[in-house]
Amino acid sequence: MSSLQMPKVDSSILSKKDKIVSDIGRIINPKNVLSHPDELRPFETDGLTAYRQMPLVVVMPETVEEVSNILKYCNENRVKVVPRGAGTGLSGGSLPLEDCVLMAMGKFNKILEIDYENRCVVTQPCVTNLAITHAVQDKGFYYAPDPSSQIACSIGGNVAENSGGVHSLKYGATTNNLLGIEVVLMDGTITKFGGKAMDSEGYDFLGLMTGSEGLLGVITEVTVKILKSPEIVKAALIGFPTIEDAGNCVAEIIAEGCIPAGMEIMDKALTKATNDYSKAGYPTDAEAMMIVEFDGTEHEVEAYIEKAKQIAEKNNSSSLKVSKSNEERLKFWAGRKAAFPACGVLAPDYMCMDGSIPRGKLAEVLREITRLSKKYDLPVANAFHAGDGNLHPLIMFDANDKNSLKKCEDFGADILKYCVKVGGALTGEHGVGIEKRELMCEAFNDKDIQQQLTIKVALDPNSLLNPGKVYPILRKCAEEGRVHVHGGKTKFPDIPRF
Amino acid sequence: MEEKQNFQTSLDFNQNIFKPSTREEIVEIVKNCYKKSIPLEISGLQSKNKIGRNFQAEKTLDLSNYKGIIDYKPEELYIKVKAGTPISEIEEALKKNNQQLAFEPNDFGYLFSGESNSGSIGGVVACNFAGSRRFKVGSVRDHLLGFQGINGKGETIKSGGTVVKNVTGYDLCKILSGSFGTLTILTEISIKVLPKPETSKTLIIKNPHVKKALDYLGQSLSSSTDPSGGVFYPDYFGKNFILNDLTHDGGLTGIRIEGPMNSVDQRIDRLSKELDLIDNEFSVLDSVQTEIFWNKTKNLEVFKNSKSNLIRIVVPISETLQVIQKLKKDDLNYFIDWGGSLIWMAFDHLNSKILSEIKEITKNHQGYYTLIKIEDDFKASADIFTIDPIKYKISEKIKKSFDPKRIFNPGKMYTGI
Repeated sequence: MSSLQMPKVDSSILSKKDKIVSDIGRIINPKNVLSHPDELRPFETDGLTAYRQMPLVVVMPETVEEVSNILKYCNENRVKVVPRGAGTGLSGGSLPLEDCVLMAMGKFNKILEIDYENRCVVTQPCVTNLAITHAVQDKGFYYAPDPSSQIACSIGGNVAENSGGVHSLKYGATTNNLLGIEVVLMDGTITKFGGKAMDSEGYDFLGLMTGSEGLLGVITEVTVKILKSPEIVKAALIGFPTIEDAGNCVAEIIAEGCIPAGMEIMDKALTKATNDYSKAGYPTDAEAMMIVEFDGTEHEVEAYIEKAKQIAEKNNSSSLKVSKSNEERLKFWAGRKAAFPACGVLAPDYMCMDGSIPRGKLAEVLREITRLSKKYDLPVANAFHAGDGNLHPLIMFDANDKNSLKKCEDFGADILKYCVKVGGALTGEHGVGIEKRELMCEAFNDKDIQQQLTIKVALDPNSLLNPGKVYPILRKCAEEGRVHVHGGKTKFPDIPRF
Repeated sequence: MEEKQNFQTSLDFNQNIFKPSTREEIVEIVKNCYKKSIPLEISGLQSKNKIGRNFQAEKTLDLSNYKGIIDYKPEELYIKVKAGTPISEIEEALKKNNQQLAFEPNDFGYLFSGESNSGSIGGVVACNFAGSRRFKVGSVRDHLLGFQGINGKGETIKSGGTVVKNVTGYDLCKILSGSFGTLTILTEISIKVLPKPETSKTLIIKNPHVKKALDYLGQSLSSSTDPSGGVFYPDYFGKNFILNDLTHDGGLTGIRIEGPMNSVDQRIDRLSKELDLIDNEFSVLDSVQTEIFWNKTKNLEVFKNSKSNLIRIVVPISETLQVIQKLKKDDLNYFIDWGGSLIWMAFDHLNSKILSEIKEITKNHQGYYTLIKIEDDFKASADIFTIDPIKYKISEKIKKSFDPKRIFNPGKMYTGI
């Protein structure tokens, strides 16, 4: 994997390791301060496993006051801090620095309050995304954003990354489902932004913090809104002879006023891989395979499914199946959810990209990806959250072959640049982290980036909180790696990724 | 050097009101004001300019000429416009494609001038006041996909884009929404649009009691019938609604259901059963009457031509009843929107003692208030927005990061910001 420039290591901090350990050991329970290499090893990477770095120290605070005191101490002593939730992030946002205190929030793992009257849940940040839904589902509620790693990713991490999921078009990403947070700034200030009331007074700091990738503050409490579960959910599995037909179908469904809960497209390469891998039973002759799902009340869902069927037929659908039961609907999804592991079987390694594009540009972008695939001589398969324009090309390569790796990285960077060129974004849901840091200048000019850095400096003048992430250090557009999977083995093979 | 190169337009800097029609002109004005530390009042279509503190500005930047639709892609669900574009023009364009701004921007024209003035998109984003659909679809800030703007140094900056999923860098769309023009002058705005529902109906429940109304609203919002609006008008406002299918003129709770035709009928029917309503207790408004009813709500028409002060109070729904009971004196009128979370309350008399009481009560009940309309002589000293000292300090820093010389609407939100 290419080398990556990180902020300059402060050797004076390295030499003070013992003092830092004992100082923080006086702020919090010394048992929660880890400093032996064997203890540090599990924290050397996150979901972006291509990059590894042991931190100086790992601290595991248990209260907001402890978080505040540690940050205050680090601020005064100019020690860098990297916050970490569940460590499942795919862009390297929690990658430690050699001279950093890694603040692992794992002990903040309790749901604090379930408030049905105000339809919200107040929770500590290291509760998993899915645990929130589990806590309220017996009363018929759920938490809407559903990143594929929801069984393991933390809600605090979701806030830091503004995580999405397959239902973002209808239900929004984390930022649209968040009511409030408690946050600690680098100088130790504890404050709350938002609460149980909707919107907030003054500047929208809640919105600014969401998706700031741990650069502006450490989240210590989260209040999310919960929704009443839809009465019924139905899906249709539709095959198309061309990508264009599938793309037109997506555009028409939306133009007709149907907003699906989820709408997914897989190209032929991915459909084939999935069929071989999981016996998904997807149509093998189709160039594009689409799952469109509607939720709501019975009449509403029936009306939308009927409309979607008509639109699909008008756009030359080659096969069409509507789920007759919830089991059948989940079966439609099972193949889609197995798509990433299926690629792991086709090649020694694959890299998962995460670009956003205007829905109408799908066919054009896929044509470009096919062209690039030939140019770089690497196979690619494509999954697309068509509802919200989030494209996940999976580039297959062999990491043992240095040339193949370099080609893959170049290929990936070219795809993301093309996404930006057609009016999309570098990252739809994985975040910038270190992974896409040097590509930021594809999306922003110097003035844009400078404005963002000025905000960072306003809240963290010494740039100690998660430095080296999101914003380019060298300000040159180097091409770097993406989510890298070797031999089909991710670091957490049991976490679904789709 | 750079500034000189950019000063290419022929603006007369002796005038007090600038009405630029190009971005280059706006840049030139801001750069000039930055250089000379001249405070600038940012103004649009004057629909909400009375909201906020009084402040001194030497010059006014009137954006009403900086208007027009740049790009509208119905199938991509966004519209990109210049900041001075009137909401009415945007809504007109969307209507042709059966689409809408789902957050239902309030029309403050009736309140301040007795007639409709829904303002400009720039103003709507700057104030972040959403209408009745707020609890279902989010606020204005949730629909802002991207922007281009000019910061306090005259630099053109951008954030976001036109796609819904975008986590590239800090989400500046959020911090600018509701910043009342104190951070950046918005020039281009990309906003999410959504299909208009096929039809909509409103369940009107006859009931004069706020407690019962809040029960109805709470139950409806937690039901799978998925309402998109929930209001309560007390007795004295009931008479403001003269509609064919409205069978009484007293206090009423209104719950809106939207979607495909037969689904709406089914859900209205189900909701009336879930709420245990008996036949003579409720009526159902058809789509035409529904539109009239919710437009009146969005436009705050019950306060049209009112001489009273108006406060906008937002609290969690569980607190609404207590807040109303504590604030309610004989001389005030109110109605409830957002399914129980938003209270619009009119005070005939307001002074700093009453205001600090209101502040205390809303704060104790986990909410906040904004003074929308107040007497001019009281305006100079009153806190228009609530804020605590820690957030004030952070706000100061953020203000400085966008507008280091405090030239944009200085003091409009808070003293010193």
